[in-house]
Amino acid sequence: MNKLVKLFITSISAITLALVSFTSSFAKVDGEYIVLGSAISLTGKYSSNGVHTQNGYNMAVDRINKMGGVEVQGKKYKFEIIYYDDESNPKRAAQLAERLIKQDGVHYMLGPYSSGLTKAIAPVTEKYKIPMVEANGASRSLFTKGYKYLFAVLSPANQYLEVAIDLAVEKNGGKPVRIAQAFEQDAFSQDVRLGILDAAKRTGSEIIIDDKLPKELNDMAATLAKVKATKPDVLVVSGHTKGALTAIRQISEMKVDVPMLAMTHCDAAKLSKQHGKNSEYALCASQWHKNLSYKDKFFGGGKKYDKDFKKEFGYAPPYQSAESSAALLVFKDAFERANSFDRDAVRDALKDTDMQTFYGNIKFGPGGQNVAKPMILFQVRCKGDTCENKVVAPTKWASDKFYHPIPKWSERS
Amino acid sequence: MVQASLDGILLGILFALIAYGMALQWGVMNIINIAQGDLVILGGYIAYTMYLAGIHPAWGVIVSPIIMYFVGWALYKLVINKVVDRDLFISILATFGIAIVFQQLMNFVFGADVVVAQSEYGTTMLFDNSVTLPNSKIFAAFISVIYAIGLVIYMRRSRLGRAIRATAQNARAAKILGVDTEKVYAATFGINAALCGVAGALISITLTLHPYVGLPYTVRSFMIVIVAGLGNLPAVALSGMGLGLFEEFADYILGTEFRIGAVFMLLVFILVYRRFKLSKKREYLK
Repeated sequence: MNKLVKLFITSISAITLALVSFTSSFAKVDGEYIVLGSAISLTGKYSSNGVHTQNGYNMAVDRINKMGGVEVQGKKYKFEIIYYDDESNPKRAAQLAERLIKQDGVHYMLGPYSSGLTKAIAPVTEKYKIPMVEANGASRSLFTKGYKYLFAVLSPANQYLEVAIDLAVEKNGGKPVRIAQAFEQDAFSQDVRLGILDAAKRTGSEIIIDDKLPKELNDMAATLAKVKATKPDVLVVSGHTKGALTAIRQISEMKVDVPMLAMTHCDAAKLSKQHGKNSEYALCASQWHKNLSYKDKFFGGGKKYDKDFKKEFGYAPPYQSAESSAALLVFKDAFERANSFDRDAVRDALKDTDMQTFYGNIKFGPGGQNVAKPMILFQVRCKGDTCENKVVAPTKWASDKFYHPIPKWSERS
Repeated sequence: MVQASLDGILLGILFALIAYGMALQWGVMNIINIAQGDLVILGGYIAYTMYLAGIHPAWGVIVSPIIMYFVGWALYKLVINKVVDRDLFISILATFGIAIVFQQLMNFVFGADVVVAQSEYGTTMLFDNSVTLPNSKIFAAFISVIYAIGLVIYMRRSRLGRAIRATAQNARAAKILGVDTEKVYAATFGINAALCGVAGALISITLTLHPYVGLPYTVRSFMIVIVAGLGNLPAVALSGMGLGLFEEFADYILGTEFRIGAVFMLLVFILVYRRFKLSKKREYLK
């Protein structure tokens, strides 16, 4: 009897095990669903941007599924995403990527939020030859490692503020400018810095202050004191949302007069809302803006996306959401062109992507970065007490004129 | 130069306030509170919540310590009194755990965005606009000084203050003489949390808030206390300002990237120096 029970238990577990491996080997395409996996920061320090990313993904999944889904070999499929919370922790993200691939049998991945986490996941997806389309890792180092299965819909970090230096030179009558810069010591901001160094070299401009801001610090008074003393033509600051908020607070408090101020993460920091008039004239790099004239058949244009997103989630989409939605459009397009679920066929199709989405043109360079979409710059402009972001560069999409130089604090009302 | 020194001193005074709370409970309970910085940030969020509700955040310097006193008190009753008689390591672990819980809770309640509260206090300009002092920083330093002085008087004059000092000197003797040390410990922790609340409210109008930026405040107050020694308020204030000054100058002269490094170098020197002094003392005792 006892033996019989044991035998029974053994056979049950064997069957379960077999079932598990059976389902997982088919989990990449489960019935009519194409299953994608993503580790995403739902808790921890990146949680707000993690949620923006997830909302972007979900919005696109809903839209694509509603509009007929993905057609492969004459059959219609729908997208489904398995999410895990990576707790904003790179180690955890890598573990979860492994789990998605090995346990859940996911064969196609969507990226996490931030360069750091993408860097943690990329070696895993590469090892298992899993194509990953990511929308929130801009660090240049992601694209120099020779990854073959990594594709990013966004412009790499070094392009963020290069345009700003060109603009400054243009405003200076084509003559080189004097640049003061302060960057946080993290992968992303340092890449932005490399971009500025390139631009400075190209234009013959001189970098007179080159500060690195420690991650844990939210005080840059000393840098600003130097800026006051040396009077550069441009001040460039990049340190995620904290850097943007700290810079505006202290520049306005210390009345630092500088003709041009260029930053990153203004919209993530809700700069125009949190600092209002004090943030006026700040020039900000952005991946996307709703006023751009790109179009696709799923979301229409930027303005329509903005409207639909607001309706669905109750707030205006930051560019993190827009680029995440675009990642799904890229996947759909690649599956249909590959006309197969073979990972390498999908990977090859991704490599040959050349399309326009509401978010911008997408075409991947050899490293997997998007080379078809320029960064845009917007400037914070205020009317009374309400401040808005106006696109000022590149000129092709500029909705407003770039205001230069920034009026002195003593002349501002 | 003048700018850097003034910035340093004003910031230092604020740090000194946090450090004083830490010194107090370290001296009384022999607990190194890793969650110190997170209590500060929580205090800041209280002020920020008021700001969102349309109340001027400066009122946070009154409301925040009151709420934080009870938070500290509850924290003592729930966690700290279980570890207060254990060794230092256990208490560090316990407060480290509290720090993580606080971070996650703040993240959950207030979100992971960096936020600021606007005081609209404007700026004082000196020497023809070459030196600028944000009024919010002056306000912060002023409030810190008031609280510090108030606390010194309280510790000297009031019954509870004297009980706290007695417990710090010799807990056993104090207990024998009828001091309710349990109550003293709870009150000390509460007072510390209240001081963190004040500092947090001030930080919300001078710097920025984020659920995960507590640790630097813990580290800095730890350093100030190491430099100043326990239970010595003037020394804490001086070392706070000194550290602020040193930081700003290190930043100004060496560059921002060496700022934290310079401070840690200083810490190493001081630790070596103090140990040197302690060992001399020990020899003398033998």
